[in-house]
Amino acid sequence: MPTILEPTIFELSSPGRTGVTMPASDVPHTDLPNENLLRSDLPLPELAEVDVVRHYMKLSKFNYSVDDGFYPLGSCTMKYNPKINEDTCRLPGFLYTHPLQPIETVQGNLVLMFELQEWLKEISGFAGMTLQPAAGAHGEFTGVLMMAAYHKSRGDSKRTKMLIPDAAHGTNPASAGMLGMSVVTIPSDARGNVDLKALAAACDDTVVGMMVTNPNTLGMFDEHMEEVIKLVKDCGGLMYGDGANLNALLGIVRPGDLGFDVMHFNLHKTFSVPHGGGGPGSGPVGVSQRLVDFLPSPLVGIVEEADENTAPLYGFVTPKNSIGRMKAFHGHFGGGLVRAYTYISMHGPDGLKDISQYAVLNANYLQAKLRGTYTIPYDRICMHEFVAEGQFAGSDVRALDIAKRLMDYNFHPPTNYFPLIVHEALMIEPTETENKDTLDRFADALIKIAEEAKTQPELLHDAPHITPFGRMDEVKAARELVLCCWLPENYETLT
Amino acid sequence: MNVPSNLKYTKSDEWFDPSSGAVGISDFAQSQLSDIVFVEILVEEGEEVTVGKAIASVESVKASAEIYAPVAGKVSAVNKGLPDKPEILNSDPFGEGWMIKIEGSAGSEMMDAAAYEQDCAGRAH
Repeated sequence: MPTILEPTIFELSSPGRTGVTMPASDVPHTDLPNENLLRSDLPLPELAEVDVVRHYMKLSKFNYSVDDGFYPLGSCTMKYNPKINEDTCRLPGFLYTHPLQPIETVQGNLVLMFELQEWLKEISGFAGMTLQPAAGAHGEFTGVLMMAAYHKSRGDSKRTKMLIPDAAHGTNPASAGMLGMSVVTIPSDARGNVDLKALAAACDDTVVGMMVTNPNTLGMFDEHMEEVIKLVKDCGGLMYGDGANLNALLGIVRPGDLGFDVMHFNLHKTFSVPHGGGGPGSGPVGVSQRLVDFLPSPLVGIVEEADENTAPLYGFVTPKNSIGRMKAFHGHFGGGLVRAYTYISMHGPDGLKDISQYAVLNANYLQAKLRGTYTIPYDRICMHEFVAEGQFAGSDVRALDIAKRLMDYNFHPPTNYFPLIVHEALMIEPTETENKDTLDRFADALIKIAEEAKTQPELLHDAPHITPFGRMDEVKAARELVLCCWLPENYETLT
Repeated sequence: MNVPSNLKYTKSDEWFDPSSGAVGISDFAQSQLSDIVFVEILVEEGEEVTVGKAIASVESVKASAEIYAPVAGKVSAVNKGLPDKPEILNSDPFGEGWMIKIEGSAGSEMMDAAAYEQDCAGRAH
């Protein structure tokens, strides 16, 4: 058994300890309506406030975040999140409002949402925008629903196929599958582009559309994007853009101008909303003119125009053929929308363009430094990320070993084993927020690790050495799932 | 790499035993996937399958993969114990790791052991 560095909060519990003292009741006592609805067997932990604070403080020190150091987790855009976002999203006017308040009392919130919709439209070149989806994959689902609604509205019922390149994000086929569509995988060519011949062969009148991640998961901008879009459109399909990699394109290319019909944003990646560990995300979706009537409802709009004496009244509007509501309220308002609004207004158009140019420059700088030490299977100018192979001829060192060893150098490992089309993939995305010194230190560490792989491979196999816990047994963790922290006493009789 | 000569193989790494009708994944496939932690068989006994139909889903710590029917025919048996012991796919892919049995025969597109070995060599990197 490994050493337990900190027990769980349940193990720290001691009956009778308490963190708060409830004040005496200042309302009349009444009997409970139904005693049977209450239960007394919930094993809630009992601790003093100081013990709770120390417990979580201790756990937080085992953590590693973008505030600790470099976090080149490919495809996740782990940029530094400016702390001013934390101030703005806690402004009392945003923090203490409720989504069901009368619109007259939340005009500030609605203006922020309206302007964010307009800015995202301008950034992406789309005609309409919803802020509702809770995260990227939810945005995909929303987008694919609109594609299906579009075909259905035209009486075009035989379209059931979604085309998806093998260099796409894994959520793309999942989103199409959720709607019962069949997924047709389109291979990549030797330069990491969509294979045009394979695409042409798959295009027919049963195609709903194509979901493209561009730049793709190899960090490559598709050199034939216009031909790809033309092929799909010529067979009546719609183009879906996965905007997860938008950090490479701000102020440079607008997917709407290229001919995409739908795209989701990941505000938590591109626009500096802290993320990881499952949330919070925010996945607005933009659409071209032919899909605006299908957008989810409600959208934020102007419900009464301004006149000489009064400002416009902002409220909610419903698109004509809306697919309906995608979320109980209006999106992740404080968590995602206020932070993204802050970030965009802080940078402005030129600043956003700088972000993408530095993100691409940083990735290419790292790629150039590592080329020669690591095999780069699709080796050309990359966008915001690139993929190297974490293996060496004649060595049993694998990508996982290299990733774990990086932790000993105080770096978060890159994404590994994705995309699947690269053997032992190490997917590296430095983002624009890192300076040259950090990039140099990271490249030096990877070059040193490559040397260690030859001279002391056991150092890599046993890594990490300096973390609170060493190498975790991923296989055991996946095979022997423990999904709850305690079992009820009568568990055996329940099953 | 183990490639039994009595079996037929697909480009997507399934094997088919013409004498017993058993279907599984090759030694090459299990080594590429690494430690397999989950397997679900997607077809039932008595079901008719066509070539290329997804018959099982396999997950390792690195990746997940669908396993496709290498031949068409009726499913005559399902290895019901396999989902409880996915690690058998790593330790004995051609024996205890069989997934289903299909009453069918190998088409001409299936490879013999020598051709499959060559195909794998071309993909290994």
